[in-house]
Amino acid sequence: MGNISDLEALLRPPAMEMPDYPPKAITLASGEVMVVRQVAREEVPTLLEAIYPLLLVERDFYDVVGARLFGELLAYKRFRVKDEYVLAGLIDGVLAGMVNGRLVNEKTGMSYHTLTIRRGLRVGSHLFAAKMEYHIEHCQQEEVLIVAESPIGFRRWMIEYPLEKRFEVQHELGGVPSWVLPKDTYYAAKPRLVSGRRPISEELMKSAQTILLPRQETVVRQVAGEKEG
Amino acid sequence: MKSVYIAGAGMTRFGRSEWPLMQLASVASLAALKHANLGGVPVDGVVVANMGAARINRQTALGSALVDQLALYPAAAESVENGPASGASAVKVGFQAIASGMADVVLVTGVERMRVVNGMEGTDFVASLSHPIAEYIYGVTLPSLAGLFARLFMEKHGVERKHLAMVAIKNHANAAKNPYAHIQQTITMEGILTLPEAVVNNPPIAEPLHMFDCCPVSDGAASLVLVSQEVAAKLKGPKVRLAGMGQATDTHTVHERKDPTDLKSVRIAAEQAFRRAGLKPEDVDVAELHDAFTILEIAESEASGFFPRGEGHKALERGDTQLGGRLPINPSGGLKAKGHPVGATGVAQLVELTWQLRGECGERQVKDAKIAYACNFGGFGNNVVASVLQREA
Repeated sequence: MGNISDLEALLRPPAMEMPDYPPKAITLASGEVMVVRQVAREEVPTLLEAIYPLLLVERDFYDVVGARLFGELLAYKRFRVKDEYVLAGLIDGVLAGMVNGRLVNEKTGMSYHTLTIRRGLRVGSHLFAAKMEYHIEHCQQEEVLIVAESPIGFRRWMIEYPLEKRFEVQHELGGVPSWVLPKDTYYAAKPRLVSGRRPISEELMKSAQTILLPRQETVVRQVAGEKEG
Repeated sequence: MKSVYIAGAGMTRFGRSEWPLMQLASVASLAALKHANLGGVPVDGVVVANMGAARINRQTALGSALVDQLALYPAAAESVENGPASGASAVKVGFQAIASGMADVVLVTGVERMRVVNGMEGTDFVASLSHPIAEYIYGVTLPSLAGLFARLFMEKHGVERKHLAMVAIKNHANAAKNPYAHIQQTITMEGILTLPEAVVNNPPIAEPLHMFDCCPVSDGAASLVLVSQEVAAKLKGPKVRLAGMGQATDTHTVHERKDPTDLKSVRIAAEQAFRRAGLKPEDVDVAELHDAFTILEIAESEASGFFPRGEGHKALERGDTQLGGRLPINPSGGLKAKGHPVGATGVAQLVELTWQLRGECGERQVKDAKIAYACNFGGFGNNVVASVLQREA
């Protein structure tokens, strides 16, 4: 038996080289600007804090998505998942939503989750598109495997893009038959589904440097589509 | 005909509700009864408006159910299903009961719980109001009919997408001031139309209508207490008279109309309501129009007689229809942002107008409002109920 470092090396999956996701700014329907940027491992505890109150929210499968995402983010933070990345959408620094996924190999990506906190402004749609952009344009992958856990996700991804069936492949999220976004379909959908401006100003980047959290009660109210107070 | 007054008005917040159907109806009804403060005067009749409960909630005979829920026996009970005009139709049934002398107090409640089904099923359920052989079987939905109507109306009158966006922006801003509204989020012209991101923010639903041109699918309930003049005289608080109602129909299929952009049923229903009230469109201080799609607010504002044909969008440009304008339209946020629980909508329009005439609308109050008008648009204009309300000193 070797020392603890040797064991850790065995437990930790080998990592591929992954490019950074260049931050972008998106003006939402409300006129607010959302910065989409990559989340570093050390920022994961902040995201976990945002997800925690959603673990018992059944509406729109927030409980399933929240619980799975919680585990995936923990695994990312503690090096127990291979080649994962996390992107967040921030409005004035406040977390509006997050997405994650991983690279299966050089050619194929796997989308994990999209979780929207600020609802009604297509935040989830923008973040999912950013995730696809990362796989296809920045990681230069050929395709992304995708499933949806909620009917909302099904409408957003399977119908809007539209995705193709790859049912012979079981997705890592529960072994559900996979759908796939091939590179060509991504580029065909890009003009109507992928947006954002780069580079973003220093001032805007500064506003998104620290992830601020809405209060737990606000998070639950927002996902339930309710107004604060 | 005896005069009819609105003694109380109440509603639930519109949106997505976890409450069962009859709980929604009960909460709105109790709010209206509390508002009316009848002081022991019994309720003679209960009328419940609803469009889809039999299909999507597996419940019928809602009038009887509400009487039982609120222990209002032996009040007479009715249920009214008249498509999206169910709400104002139910008010008309209550109005007729009091005007004829058959009742002194009638509780009218509109309720709908649509979010129990997914969006596709909900759209299909509403589409069942279209002609079964000439429209429905070809996949016609309300958004698609509205899209066809919008394109024709826009071509004919020079209305542009920016005008539709102006309706949405105005009504979202109003709804942000309404604690009962489904969507309390302001939106901007840049975010929904002019910036490149608007393509994603505001995707097409049925061209030329985009997401922010369409009302949300909502759950909710709204309720009114109608009373006779004798009962109203005993109650404290401002007196709001249901001064006139009108109702008109048109062909079931939209394509059979000589000019599909002419909302003839709105025009006739409005003329009837104003004539019966002894008032004119120019007397109106505030209006609630049936803006299930933004284009309808513009079209109805003309057909109701507020603006000449083809000039509704010009009034919008001038700011006439904003809060603080010459004739504020949809201060509640309208169906567009307050929400559209179909059977509740016609009642909710009159709830808002009652509150407006009583000066109880807070931030969205139209100053010194004395005369109000509502248009509840059923089908795609094949069954319309118009109402005129008047505050008495």
